[in-house]
Amino acid sequence: MRLEYDVTAGDFTRAGNASSAIKKTLKQLGVSPAVIKRVVVAVYEAEVNIVAHSYGGHITAEVAPEGISVVLADTGPGIPDVQKAMQKGFSTASKEVREMGFGAGMGLPNIQENADDLKIETEVGRGTTLTIYIKF
Amino acid sequence: MTVREIAEKLNLRVFSGEAGLDREVTGGYVSDLLSDVMGFAKDGSVWVTLQTHKNVMAIATLKELAAVVIVKGFEPEEDAKEVSEEEGIPILGSTEQTFELTGRIYNLLSRG
Ligand SMILES: Nc1ncnc2c1ncn2[C@@H]1O[C@H](COP(=O)(O)OP(=O)(O)OP(=O)(O)O)[C@@H](O)[C@H]1O
Ligand SMILES: [Mg+2]
Repeated sequence: MRLEYDVTAGDFTRAGNASSAIKKTLKQLGVSPAVIKRVVVAVYEAEVNIVAHSYGGHITAEVAPEGISVVLADTGPGIPDVQKAMQKGFSTASKEVREMGFGAGMGLPNIQENADDLKIETEVGRGTTLTIYIKF
Repeated sequence: MTVREIAEKLNLRVFSGEAGLDREVTGGYVSDLLSDVMGFAKDGSVWVTLQTHKNVMAIATLKELAAVVIVKGFEPEEDAKEVSEEEGIPILGSTEQTFELTGRIYNLLSRG
């Protein structure tokens, strides 16, 4: 099963809608709550990063009997130093975004913590693609 | 202990989501950093925060929290209340500071 969503840059009122839809589908499919919790954390953080840090993107979730693979591709500034970005506390979020309580620099570490596999492909000036895999 | 009991005992204002007042509270989490809550709050918790916007409710829903308690007399934004109603996750409010309010909730929960 394939699920697809567009993510609009800067639109925090809709941030989390794709994660919520994926969560509902996994619940209907009877995936274990413990696994769904991890998918929710990882996909939400990646979805919000598209809203907060990119010019917009697209989410494709592929659900198979043995696990879920979610590809989150955006056009945007890319990440110059992925190792640095992965560190807890590193953030380039704007003042406005921080005032909302985002920008703790915990999103990517949360994804790493909850995914069985995480791949980050990024090109400065072009965009970023995250591929998150979680086994059922 | 239910959300309703906490709201009554601590005299909290109920802004929205009354349908969820009988939710069972199994713990609490205190943070104003959304990714902190996303990563570490447990389902069934009450979340004490000073954030008032809709993303708080998106997180409360995704994490299946029991309720959100807004401190210092702040009030939730309209669209946050809408999500609270839809999902039946109450938004409560207190004029107290985080430290005092959290202490009181903690005492209630640990007495069971
Ligand atoms: N899709 C993206 N495009 C461009 N930069 C990104 C993207 N995702 C992450 N980054 C960069 O990596 C940094 C760290 O991301 P991370 O999600 O860990 O923290 P944050 O988004 O800044 O704050 P938080 O997730 O705690 O709200 C960001 O501040 C940003 O500089
Ligand atoms: Mg982030």
